[in-house]
Formats: sequence, structure tokens, C-alpha cells
Amino acid sequence: MSDPNTVLCVDDSRVVRKAARRILERHGFSVREAENGLAALEACRAEMPRLVMLDWNMPVMDGMEFLVALRAEFGPREPLVMLCTTESEFDRIVLALGNGANEYIMKPFDDGIVTGKLVQLGLLEEAEP
Amino acid sequence: MNAEGFASIAALVKARSGIVLTPDKEYMLETRLTPILKAEKIADLDGLALRLRDPRAESLARAVTEALTTNESSFFRDGKPFDHLRRIVPKMLAARPAGHKLRVWSAACSTGQEAYSVAMVLSELGVRHAEIFGTDLSRDVVERAREGVFTQFEVQRGLPVQMMVKYFRQEAARWRAVPELRAMTRFEERNLLSDHRMLGRFDIVFCRNVLIYFDPPTKGRVLNALAAQLAGDGVMYLGGAETVLGLTDRLGALPGERGVYAPAALRAGAA
Repeated sequence: MSDPNTVLCVDDSRVVRKAARRILERHGFSVREAENGLAALEACRAEMPRLVMLDWNMPVMDGMEFLVALRAEFGPREPLVMLCTTESEFDRIVLALGNGANEYIMKPFDDGIVTGKLVQLGLLEEAEP
Repeated sequence: MNAEGFASIAALVKARSGIVLTPDKEYMLETRLTPILKAEKIADLDGLALRLRDPRAESLARAVTEALTTNESSFFRDGKPFDHLRRIVPKMLAARPAGHKLRVWSAACSTGQEAYSVAMVLSELGVRHAEIFGTDLSRDVVERAREGVFTQFEVQRGLPVQMMVKYFRQEAARWRAVPELRAMTRFEERNLLSDHRMLGRFDIVFCRNVLIYFDPPTKGRVLNALAAQLAGDGVMYLGGAETVLGLTDRLGALPGERGVYAPAALRAGAA
């Protein structure tokens, strides 16, 4: 069972991880960080998060290799995986979805986009207008 | 970026849209313009400012203005009306003769996100025989809605990625609605205060978050005029913070729903 309130934020940029952490913590999530796919895989083995927010291009193990390995090891259901990357080509998005990604953010992102995607993933209630 | 570059982009946006960008909005330039820099292979914002000095850079100037004047419109804004729409459309069609063309009015449609959201809902329901009519006061936004083209920033707001890849195609740094959606939509410049009688009857009207800009007598007038075009068993969606109370007696809230209204006569009959 995954902790319903944890997000693993995977990005080789400390700045991006920090920006994402700020948004996620404001919504009450507890955030762990990993700087590449391999570290992320180890983090999932140690404790499964509810959501992995995943960069694509990273050293050691990239986001797609991580995603394929993750789904092979733990099956298709958990954790939820949301790409968050500068890769914005149609074919790349389709590839990520085919490999089991649940959502996809094309960088640059802002609070509104991240929050909206968390609502779509069922992790947040929609704010009352 | 340097102050001169910022000032020249800000001046361009103000001249084209009236929107004022103060220097504290520099982060917004970086966020919103990065996809354009990437697509146009321009190194940085100063390089972009330089390119924009060329009077032939019209389409680039337009793209920059659009990226910086994005309003708050998003796809499937306040999800509940669209959940209700999914439930009501099959019932509505069952009550109409075969071959009925479902007509939906997106009043004050802005750049079209609401109209295209409706088109996606209908498409998912297998309803093809429909006309979604979007109107707005601003010619610019109507033209944009008609093109069905959205920036990378806009296309991510409210739109689940599976819907995005199903209903939009990438064109450089932007995303265009597929022909199937565009065939269901029609957009026209129109003032909400004008005479709508020649538009005919609509099954469904969306008029969300626009009444807030009017005084109470005008709100009442607009609501009456929209209600007059609504089918007897039609529904109207208003913004979550909007109401018809004290403004019109032609519409009443549907019990148990938020922001959904129906012609008052039907409610009295149904009660």
C-alpha cells in the first residue's frame, strides 16, 4: 500500500525539485526527492509514494527507463506517474502514456497547471470558485 | 533580460492588447515565452525583443501578445457543469425527435475553451449532430476560438493529457483542436446586450462568470434574453458564484445542482 499523501519528485535540477516541493507541500503532500531514475526506483522500493512527479532527461537513469522498470516491477496500478518535462513532442507524450504514465506536464509549469493535474488525478478536490 | 528588452516587449503587448506588464512580471515573460523561444530557435528574451523590432515579424508579435495575455479561461473550468452535461444530454436527446441537432450556446466564450470542452463531452457521448455556438464581444478572441489553436500553457489548463492527445494536434509550439471538434463549433462576434431572437432556440446555454461584470438591471435583461432562446426543457449554466435570485423570474435553480438553471415554467410543472 502506498501512503496516500506522499509525492516522490524526480528531477536532476534541485531548483525544479524545490519549486515542485513548494507547490505540493502547500496542498498538504509530504514530498521526497530523487535526482535520477535509479535513485527514484530505490526510493519506491523503500516506500511506495502515491505519486511520482517525473522528469524525462536525467543522468544515470532517465525518466522513461525508470517508468518502464517501475511498471515492470510493481505493475500498472501504483504509483501514479506524472511526467514533468521539457519534452513536448506529440510522439513523446504518446510514448510516455503507452509506457504507463497517468499524466503529463510540459515544462515550464506553474501552480495552476500542477494543481489542475492533481485534481484530474483525483489527488485533490477541485477548489470552489 | 535587460531593461530595454523588457520595455520593448511590454510596449508591444500594451499597444496590441491594452494590457500593462509591470517589471515585476518578468518571471511571466520567462514562463510564457519559453515555448516560443524554443520553437523559433531564439536564444533568449533579449534576442526575442530584437527580432520583434522587425516590422515583418507580425506573426511572432501576435504569438508573443497572445502568450502574455492569456486570460483565466481553462478547459472543463469548474468540472461540475460538465459532469451535469454528460448526464443531461442523453436524456435530452431521448426526449427529442430522431435527427434533432443539439444546439449549445457558449455565451462570452473567450478563446473557446468552454465550447471545445462541450464538443469533447459530446464527442465522448457519441453525439456528432450538434452545433456549439460560441459568442464573445471581442473580435480577437473570437478569431482565436475559431482557429482552435492554443498555447502550450493554455492546452494544459484543465485538460487531461489523454484528452489532449486525442483531440489536439501539435503545430510548432501550439496545439490545434482536431477537425472533428472544429466541425461542431461556430464562433461569432456578438454583444450579450443585443437582440438574440434571430439565433433560434438552444437546448443548452453556458453563461458563466460574465454577469459579474454587469449591474443588476443589466444582469436581469441578459438573463431574460438568454432564457427566451432556451428550449422549454433546456438548461442554463451560470458561474458558481452567480445567481438568478432577484434578477429574473424566468429561470430557477435545479434542486440539488450547483449553477444549473432551467426555465421557471418547467420547474413549476415538474414540482
